[in-house]
Amino acid sequence: MPRINSSAELDALRQEILSQRDPDQPCLTLCSGSACHATGCGKVAAAIEEEMESQGVADDVHFRRTGCHGFCEQGPIVVIYPEGICYLKVKPEDIAEIISETIKEKKIIERLLYVDPNSGENTTLEEDIPFYKNQERLVLGFNLKIDPKSLEDYLAVGGYQALVKTLFEMTPEQVVGEVKDANLRGRGGAGFPSGVKWDFARKAPGDKKYVVVNCDEGDPGAYMDRSLMEGNPYGVLEGLMIGAYAIGSNEGYVYVRQEYPLAVDNLEIAIKKAEDYGLLGQDILGSGFDFTVKVHRGAGAFICGEETSLLKSLEGLPGEPNARPPFPATKGLWGKPTNINNVETWSNIPLIISKGADFFNSIGTEKSKGTKIFSLVGKVNNTGLVEVPMGATLRDIIYKIGGGVPGEKKFKAVQTGGPSGGCIPENLLDTKVDFDELTQAGAMMGSGGMIVMDEDTCLVDLARYFLAFLSDESCGKCNPCREGIRQMLKILTNITKGLGTESDLELLLELAETTKGASLCALGKTAPNPVLSTLRYFKDEYEAHIKEQRCPALSCKALIAFYIEPDKCKACGACFKQCPAEAIEGGKKRIHVIDQDKCTRCGSCVDACPKAFGAVKVMSGEPVPVAIAEEARNLG
Amino acid sequence: MDIGTVDQIIDKHHGEASSLIQVLLEIQRQNKWLPKTVLTRVSEKLDVPMSQIQHITTFYKTFSLVPKGRHEVHVCMGTACHVRGAERILDTVEEVTGVKSGETDPDLNFSVETVNCLGCCALGPVIVVDGEYHGNVEPAETVEVLKNCDCSCE
Repeated sequence: MPRINSSAELDALRQEILSQRDPDQPCLTLCSGSACHATGCGKVAAAIEEEMESQGVADDVHFRRTGCHGFCEQGPIVVIYPEGICYLKVKPEDIAEIISETIKEKKIIERLLYVDPNSGENTTLEEDIPFYKNQERLVLGFNLKIDPKSLEDYLAVGGYQALVKTLFEMTPEQVVGEVKDANLRGRGGAGFPSGVKWDFARKAPGDKKYVVVNCDEGDPGAYMDRSLMEGNPYGVLEGLMIGAYAIGSNEGYVYVRQEYPLAVDNLEIAIKKAEDYGLLGQDILGSGFDFTVKVHRGAGAFICGEETSLLKSLEGLPGEPNARPPFPATKGLWGKPTNINNVETWSNIPLIISKGADFFNSIGTEKSKGTKIFSLVGKVNNTGLVEVPMGATLRDIIYKIGGGVPGEKKFKAVQTGGPSGGCIPENLLDTKVDFDELTQAGAMMGSGGMIVMDEDTCLVDLARYFLAFLSDESCGKCNPCREGIRQMLKILTNITKGLGTESDLELLLELAETTKGASLCALGKTAPNPVLSTLRYFKDEYEAHIKEQRCPALSCKALIAFYIEPDKCKACGACFKQCPAEAIEGGKKRIHVIDQDKCTRCGSCVDACPKAFGAVKVMSGEPVPVAIAEEARNLG
Repeated sequence: MDIGTVDQIIDKHHGEASSLIQVLLEIQRQNKWLPKTVLTRVSEKLDVPMSQIQHITTFYKTFSLVPKGRHEVHVCMGTACHVRGAERILDTVEEVTGVKSGETDPDLNFSVETVNCLGCCALGPVIVVDGEYHGNVEPAETVEVLKNCDCSCE
C-alpha cells in the first residue's frame, strides 16, 4: 500500500474508499470479540464464507467481522445492513437460511430475534432492542461499524480526522487547552482531569517524554478496555498520537494484560497497518511529527494497573509501586516525563478534538462530562457493555438497559468500581452515576464494572471474595496493605464459616481505617471499601452470620445444608445422576436421601430437581431433619 | 527447549535487559514452563542476575517454574463469575481432576489454575480447558467437559 504523505492524500484515500462502498449494498456483520469467540463465532464465520460462495452471493454481499458489540451473552451476533436486522445466538447451521431467506428474500427469521425476557416480544432491528436503544454509544459505536483489522474501515467512518486537525490546525497548547476545557476525567478509576495531567507532562523539563496506554484492565468484572482495544485499536492509537503531539513525545507504549490475547493481536495488526500507510513513524502526513509505538504484554499482576507499578513493569522490573510525588508526569518511565491514560480515556480524545470541548461538555453532569462505558454483568437479564451519558441513574442502567434481575429473584445490590469499589443497595438505585455521586454513596466509578447481585449473593462472602483477591494481588511492599488486608480477610473468612464473634465488626472497622490511611498506593488505600460499604448497608447480614450462624443468602457453604423433603421427592433420580460427590442415595421408587457427611454443598441437586417437584431444600441456621426411616422410603 | 531457541527469542528482543519480561513470556508461551537451564541462559545473555529473574518469575502469575500438565484448566474467579457460582465450578474441577488450584498432578495430566478475570464477564461462570472457552457452565457440565478431555488423551 502507498505511504500517505499529506493530509490531502489522506483525504483522497478516504474519498476513494467511500466511493467504492455502496451504503445500500447488503452487508452482513459478525461480532468477533473475545466473548463471541467463546460462543463459537469462528465456526459461524467459516459457515458464512462457505454459504456466500455456494449460494452465489459472494460478490453482492459484503461480509465484515467486527469488534465486540457489547451484547455478549447473546453472541454470536449477526447484523444485516442496511436494514440493521439483528440475529442473536447464531449457530453455523443457521447461516444457510439467513442467506437464502433474509439476504435474498428479505424475510425475517423469527427464532433468531431478540426476545424481551419480561414481555416475551420480538425485536427485529438492532437499534430497537432496549439494550442498545437506551445507550449513547459515542466511543463504543465504532466497534459495530469497522473490522479492527482494516484501517480502511476506520478511514471510512472518519478516522484520523482529529489527528489531521491536531497536526495542521492546532498548537500543542491548544490541544491541551481543548482537553482541559472538555473537562475529561480519567476513565481508569480515580477520575483525575486528563487535561491537567497532560499539562504537567508538557511543562515538565526534558527532551525525551513518553506516552503510555494503560490496558492492564485488572478489575474483575470490567472489560470495556479489552473491547475497545480489540474492536477499534485505531481509535486508541489516534488518541495516543494526539496526546503525544500535545505533550511533546515521540514514543509511546501500550501495556496490555496478558489475559487479552485477541487485543494484542488486533493492536499489533493495527500498528503494522498504520506504519505501512505512514500514519506511524517519521514525518507523519508530512507534518514533521514523528511517533512510534511499542506493545508490551503484562505477565499477570493486578498491581500493574497502578501507574507507577506499570512503568516499573515496562522497564522489565517487578511491578511494585512508588510513593508519589514525584508523579510520572515529571519522573516516569526511565526517569523521563511520562503521561499515562487508560484505553477509554485515550479513545475519547479523537471525539473531543473533532467535535470540540463544547460538544463534550454538553453531555453529562456538572463535574463529570461525556459518556462512560460500564460492563453490566452478574444477575441481570441483558449482560454486556453499556455506554451511557454520565448522570444516568443506576436504575435506568439496570432496568431499562439491563432488563432487570432474571427469574423471580429480588434485586439486592449493585457493586461498582471493582475491588476498590463498594456495594449500593436498592434504596439508592436512583443515584446518578458520575465520579462524585458514586463516591458519596460509598462506592466508586472505578474502571466501570457494574455487577448486579440478587438475593442469592451473600454480601459478607462478597467482601471476603474481594479481600481474598486483594490479598493475593497485594505486592507486599508496604506493611499496612500486606498485613491489613490479610487480617481483615482472616476475620471475614471466619465470619463466613460461622466462627465470627461480636467484637469482630469493631476490629474490622479499625483495621480498615489503618489500611486506608497508611498504605502506599491506591490498592491498599481502597482495599477496605468492599468491607466498609457492605458493613454500612448490610450489617444485618454480618450479624446473622455471627449471632445465628445463618447465611441469609443461603450461599456460605459452611453454614448451609441440602435436604430432600420426603413428601415432595418423586424418586425421579435426577439429583442422584447429577451429584458429583455420590452423596445421594436413591433407587427405583425410593425417596432419595442426602448423606450430609459426603455432601460437598455444590448445589447440583437443586439445579437437577425438576421445578415442578422442588424437593431439595437449602437450609441455614436450623438443624437438618433426621433422615427418613428406611421402611418409609418406598413410593407406591 | 533447546538453547538455540532461547537465543533466537532473546535476539528478537535485541538482547536488552528491559525486555526481560517479554522474553520470559515468549519462552513460557512456547515451552509452558521455565526450566532452570533456560533461565540461566537468559541471565547470561541479558546480563541480569538470577536473583532478579527469580523475583520476576515469582512476582508475575503467568510464569511457572514447574512443568505443566497435558491439560490446562483455567477457572475464572472474576466478580461476575463469582456471583454466578464460580466457587462451585472450581470445587467441581478440583474434585474431578484431583488437582488443587495452582497445582499439577504427578502424572502431568492436569494443571488447574484460577484466573482473576478473563474479560468474558457476560458469559460467567467461565472455564478455559486447553484454550477452549466454556461459558455459563454448571457443575454437571464441567464434569462432562473434563471427562471428554480426559478420554481424548488416552
